[in-house]
Amino acid sequence: MPTASPISRVNDFVIRFANVNGSGSASANEMFARAIMRMGVPVAPRNIFPSNIQGLPTWYEVRVSEAGHLGARGGTDMMVAMNPQTFDKDIASIEPGGYLFYDSTKPLPASKFRDDITVIGVPLTAICNREYTDPRQRQLFKNIIYIGALSALLDMDVKVVEQLIGEQYKGKDKLIAPNIKALNIGRDYAILNLQCPIGLRLSQRDKVGDRIFIEGNNAAALGAVYGGATVCAWYPITPSSGLADAFTRHCEKLRVDPETKKAKYAIVQAEDELSSIGMVIGASWNGARAFTATSGPGISLMQEFIGLAYFAEIPAVLFNVQRAGPSTGMPTRTQQCDIISCAYASHGDTKHVLLFPEDPTESFQFGAEAFDLADRLQTPIFVMLDLDIGMNHHLSQPLKWDDARAYDRGKVMTAADLDTGKDFGRYLDVDGDGIPFRTYPGTHPTKGSFFTRGTSRDRYAKYTEEATPYVDNMQRLLRKFDTAKDLVPRPVQASAGKPTKYGVIYYGSTAPAMDEAIHMIEARGHALDRMRVRAFPFHSSVNSFVADHDFVFVVEQNRDAQLRSLIVNECDIDPVRLVPILHYDGTPITARFIDKAIGDHLDRMKVKPMKVSS
Amino acid sequence: MTYLAKPKFHHPDLPKNDLGYTHRDYEGTVSTLCAGCGHDSITAAIIQACFELSIEPHRVAKISGIGCSSKTPTYFLGNSHGFNSVHGRMPSVLTGANLANRDLIYLGVSGDGDSASIGFGQFAHSLRRAVNMTYIVENNGVYGLTKGQFSATADRGSKSKRGVINTDNSIDLAAMALQLGATFVARSFSGDKQQLVPIIKAAIAHKGASFIDVISPCVAFNNHAGSTKSFDFVREHNEAVSRLDFISSRMPIEIQYDPGTVEIVEQHDGSKIALRKLAADYDLHDRTAAMGFLQHHAAKGQIVTGLLYMDNESDDLHAHLHTVDRPLNELGAKELCPGQTALDKFNAGLR
Repeated sequence: MPTASPISRVNDFVIRFANVNGSGSASANEMFARAIMRMGVPVAPRNIFPSNIQGLPTWYEVRVSEAGHLGARGGTDMMVAMNPQTFDKDIASIEPGGYLFYDSTKPLPASKFRDDITVIGVPLTAICNREYTDPRQRQLFKNIIYIGALSALLDMDVKVVEQLIGEQYKGKDKLIAPNIKALNIGRDYAILNLQCPIGLRLSQRDKVGDRIFIEGNNAAALGAVYGGATVCAWYPITPSSGLADAFTRHCEKLRVDPETKKAKYAIVQAEDELSSIGMVIGASWNGARAFTATSGPGISLMQEFIGLAYFAEIPAVLFNVQRAGPSTGMPTRTQQCDIISCAYASHGDTKHVLLFPEDPTESFQFGAEAFDLADRLQTPIFVMLDLDIGMNHHLSQPLKWDDARAYDRGKVMTAADLDTGKDFGRYLDVDGDGIPFRTYPGTHPTKGSFFTRGTSRDRYAKYTEEATPYVDNMQRLLRKFDTAKDLVPRPVQASAGKPTKYGVIYYGSTAPAMDEAIHMIEARGHALDRMRVRAFPFHSSVNSFVADHDFVFVVEQNRDAQLRSLIVNECDIDPVRLVPILHYDGTPITARFIDKAIGDHLDRMKVKPMKVSS
Repeated sequence: MTYLAKPKFHHPDLPKNDLGYTHRDYEGTVSTLCAGCGHDSITAAIIQACFELSIEPHRVAKISGIGCSSKTPTYFLGNSHGFNSVHGRMPSVLTGANLANRDLIYLGVSGDGDSASIGFGQFAHSLRRAVNMTYIVENNGVYGLTKGQFSATADRGSKSKRGVINTDNSIDLAAMALQLGATFVARSFSGDKQQLVPIIKAAIAHKGASFIDVISPCVAFNNHAGSTKSFDFVREHNEAVSRLDFISSRMPIEIQYDPGTVEIVEQHDGSKIALRKLAADYDLHDRTAAMGFLQHHAAKGQIVTGLLYMDNESDDLHAHLHTVDRPLNELGAKELCPGQTALDKFNAGLR
């Protein structure tokens, strides 16, 4: 008998599947998560996988939260332990009172288990061996069988799963019946042999609304389609490859000329990241909207070109799906660790525009917006996703597009403009915003041509190494960066609802965990004003937010408090006023972590009034 | 004399081409390279070729990397947009530019340091991708701007100005281009305008990746005894396989050569090349034979020049990617943005 009483919760738990990668578990697990969403219950799945194709441990965590908390929670209420390699550790990670689901074909000694959890054995291998002769089928159907058993144990609506199977194998209809059969084998076994349901239960709700289930890479790629990108040059790197793949798929569907069947896009898998950014710069210089998708190591390789694009003022869009560094680091784990390396990428004095989407919906919005910003500001724009946003499915607001919206192609002089005798100086600031006009190659037979170079030049693009025009140009670039502050997405603020001396700044994939943590922190009796920063350079409201509080926590997913350094540096703020809250072990930050770090900090500061004893 | 601005006026009787432009309309600013530099002769040949082809100067995009050779695009086609990019990366910038607008003519200018060392990878991949361009390497076997270090095309055993012997093997870019699938490969000598101008014209007319390796002696650092890229050495060891005449699609073909040795090659745009073969056994359309021929003569210390290989069935990257005929940079939101209706459908599939 368990020493801790079994956890009993409806629509609020974490279930984790421990599998071996390459075993076909991913699609079964995803179907499980999707089924919960179809039951109207918010769900947040996360894939924890190795940099490997077959044979290493992989986990799929499904957080079920009727309250709508979509960040990682931490802890596991039920472990589906299908991987002998990690069995012991997996069991150790179950919360007291939690549940273990395992393949009981081979009897295991009691010492393998814990007495404070509920152990549920299903002889999956024996069932598969009995039902199937083909070894591949035995493996694949095992996954569906355990989903079937879970559906009974968790009181899941099995019709929803059956419907999903039908959708998944649409077009391969032969596979539908055997999968549904496998599902019911598992379900029937559980109903006949186990006590169903257990303390963790699912129940139909209507809490999902019109939200969609999508990965950030997929959404960002669609953003690039909507933003008018026609050229994509990329080099494969985890976790960003899916973005280029998704762009290809979307283009094949949405960007083929219906009459000629020809492509209104060009995608090149380059030989390396240097080449991919070179192609993006060449295409943008020539008036197309172009982007690359990469991760930290790719950004490192692109440094020289990024400096060229900054100095020669060529638009470029870079999607950086961040992973844990430095070096190869943990290529399949998440971090927000390239903030500094992107903000100040390249040699010499450089500064770049960064956008920080919080989820797939913003990845779509910012993915499209980045192209307008790149054209308007004539500079590289970095869209900073991370592995958690990019590669996991997130329950997100549906994607929206205003059909009246026109692309902002920025300051481009046309042949007609040149013919009216307008003065064209490629690096001439005509209206004080620091942004000069450009011309596309091939515009006019005798006017408007210029030489693009990484060397210093005057306002009319003529080569010079003289001090005055160099400084003039560098100052104009700073003016342009100032202009950017009001063009990029503004921070999102939320007030504590009562006066407080403390605030918190966070960004990107930290958002769902922060949204949840704030309730926990408030429950401790603390009040915090919140600001989610969505872009660099910082809008002036970042300065005032810090100024309005005694101190501000800066929550981020890297070791060196990179955004905090950027705020200190760019907003001239006393570092003492910014308290770093750092999570960087490669797993997504959790509400529990934030609550503990910030809550404990504030608890320690709470002044306890001294009582005078009578 | 580089401090003097080039005068704008010219003789009223200067010959004009079909567009009414004179030779002067294809010039750029005055060269800042050393007097006698082979690169300036190549610049002159490019100007001559573009003039004779009656190309609208602004329809050319001239793109280069870094180095003496990469400075030259300022010295020709002053009405064209130019892009002096970063060291060794001209090919990627050119590839991107070409993807954006398939209608311009792309002239990539590079050097041996730029293409055979730091940018060897980009050189290779742009050729194997069949980017529609004319890729000219101004090859002097030496790093000029940094004062005389050997480049990767310097022959083994050749001597630097300081007397150092090069012990590394050299890279033959023309041989590499053949291996990599370039569909037009030529080698010439900056001092041989008769050969170089028609080669550049034919290369521009060629659809696909055209590569020209132009041996171009460096008067400052590589024109001494012991160098294998000096004027004297190249003149003595030049083994020309062909002389050619370029005939645009508008001109009647007049073959001035002995018919037994002349081959007429027609290109995609209708232009023709009259090729006078100097080596009787040389087959212009046989890639493997061309590679063998080059190696055979290299072993004898001979530098083979002329049009080495041409595929008249060639196509380019846009054909491979099956892109629309209209330049991608001309497409607007109407053509590119699928709108809310498509998004509604997309959203519906994700629930």
